[in-house]
Amino acid sequence: MNLLLVLPILIPLVTACLCFLAWGSRPAQRLFGILGCTAHLGTAIVLLIRIREKGIAATQLGDWPAPFGITLVADLLSAIMVLLAALMGMAVMLYSVGSIDRKREAFGYYPFYHLLLMGVSGTFLTGDMFNMYVWFEVMLMSSFVLMALGGERAQLDGAIKYVTLNLISSAFFLTALGILYGMAGTLNMADLAVMSRDVPYPGVATTLAMLFLAAFGIKAALFPLFFWLPASYHNPPVAVSAIFAGLLTKVGVYALIRVFTLIFVQDIGYTHSIILVLSGLTMVTGVLGAMAQNEFRRILSFHIISQVGYMIMGLGLFTRLALAGSIFYIVHHIIVKTNLFLASGVARKIGGSYRLERLGGLSLTAPGLTALFFISAFSLAGIPPLSGFWAKLVLIRAGLSQAAYVIAATALAVSLLTLFSMTKIWGQAFWGAAPEGTPDLDNTDDCSAFSGPSVLLYLPMMLLAGLTLCIGLYAGPVFDLAVEAADQLLDPTGYIQAVMGGVP
Amino acid sequence: MEILTSIVVGGLFGSAIYLLLSRTPVKLIIGLVLLSNAINLLIFVAAGLTRGKPPLIPAGALRPVAGVSDPLPQALILTAIVISFGVLAFALVLFRQAFGQEPSTSKPDTESTCT
Repeated sequence: MNLLLVLPILIPLVTACLCFLAWGSRPAQRLFGILGCTAHLGTAIVLLIRIREKGIAATQLGDWPAPFGITLVADLLSAIMVLLAALMGMAVMLYSVGSIDRKREAFGYYPFYHLLLMGVSGTFLTGDMFNMYVWFEVMLMSSFVLMALGGERAQLDGAIKYVTLNLISSAFFLTALGILYGMAGTLNMADLAVMSRDVPYPGVATTLAMLFLAAFGIKAALFPLFFWLPASYHNPPVAVSAIFAGLLTKVGVYALIRVFTLIFVQDIGYTHSIILVLSGLTMVTGVLGAMAQNEFRRILSFHIISQVGYMIMGLGLFTRLALAGSIFYIVHHIIVKTNLFLASGVARKIGGSYRLERLGGLSLTAPGLTALFFISAFSLAGIPPLSGFWAKLVLIRAGLSQAAYVIAATALAVSLLTLFSMTKIWGQAFWGAAPEGTPDLDNTDDCSAFSGPSVLLYLPMMLLAGLTLCIGLYAGPVFDLAVEAADQLLDPTGYIQAVMGGVP
Repeated sequence: MEILTSIVVGGLFGSAIYLLLSRTPVKLIIGLVLLSNAINLLIFVAAGLTRGKPPLIPAGALRPVAGVSDPLPQALILTAIVISFGVLAFALVLFRQAFGQEPSTSKPDTESTCT
């Protein structure tokens, strides 16, 4: 058994248990949390290096041979995603220590935070469809708790929409699983990949593909299934928003990429064209929604939707370059989006509000924050030396080389509109004059929120902004990694062999 | 037997969706309960119904005799039941917390904060 594949799941679990045991002591929970995240990050780095050197790794839990037992698999995409999850876990953990109020800390914020990380890592590593459903539920359950923890009125309203729509998405997923098992007689992904090469009923397979698209589309906030996201992401504390924004929709995107490269590739002309059309619509509606907003976190929430469109665009084009572009985009987006949410929290702390018209003059009062926001925001919009530029460049080139001019033009236009709405935040909150009079707080927070030392708020933001800069300046190595991951996705024989052993 | 169960599954799905579309939180919850039950039955039917043949291995044999019922869907359903029970318990508390103080049971205008 390969322990390295189990550790990214085990470490958050142990950390969560330790936090539960230390229920009464907030300092102990913080300490365990930071130690746990460090260990998680360390394993994730080792995992990525190992997978890159030695190829795809798989392990059978309980030593049951492949199609019968539960398999954990890590190919490059999984390893990259686990590393990103661990990185965001670490950054937001530090930020949480500095920003979460005492009441939430006392009612189990940290243990559920780590259970969330466990669910996310489990989803990335599992090689079994039903097991993926279980990890989804682990992740959802902890996200439900984090979303509702604190019990403010607005938070509960958001939580109801979030919970209901995610339950319906899980229902779609489970329905699809039931029919998939009836059709294929197995739920092991590698086994399904073998079987999907000659399915007895191609029509049923395509129907199933659409069911999975709906299930994961809700999680990934695809058009037209995204309504839960802008209704809920701006309500919980900013650390929770940040980790949700960074990781949760991307779990849906990961599941889509996994399923539509490994299992449902019988009728690419049909399924992947639908994905491509959806990606274009997702980009456009997301960015138009963002332009209509005047609240910091609402603008950012709509941008998540818009950018999920870019990630799915690569999957829809389904070439080597396009998939590499998608993976590069995911890497770039997770880091930048989390950082923007973290910045919105600090802006709220300084300016007293999330509403743009009440903010202003942050470039004078908080030059450090301004610099950090600048890097992330203009990376998101795709300004040249930063990471977003390369991500979009690769995707648009992939589109042009496939003669998919409409989607390439859409991507370019949406990128321009993204820049427009980022300059809106920039112009009003950072550059513009401060509003008259004393800032009146929106005042929904406990006074103990944001009471930690501000180094804990700035350190993770500096880390993430530094990463964005590095990816922008050293785009080559990251892009090579993305291409390798895309190669593994396009040729599933390595994946199948790693899981099934000698059986082809 | 398969046809009868399929009809039941269809009926459950239909009523679940009807209830999910209503504005009343209680109906929404009942809809979610029905939905999870419909799916459990669907997994059961999709994997094929076999009556009176438990998947037991006779003494001395290494594998079960042919034609026994498949135990995996039952394991899947059991897991799904546990998960949906937990999630529903959470949803009930959440809805009570959010709507408990309201005099009526209809949803409040939650979009009032949107501008």
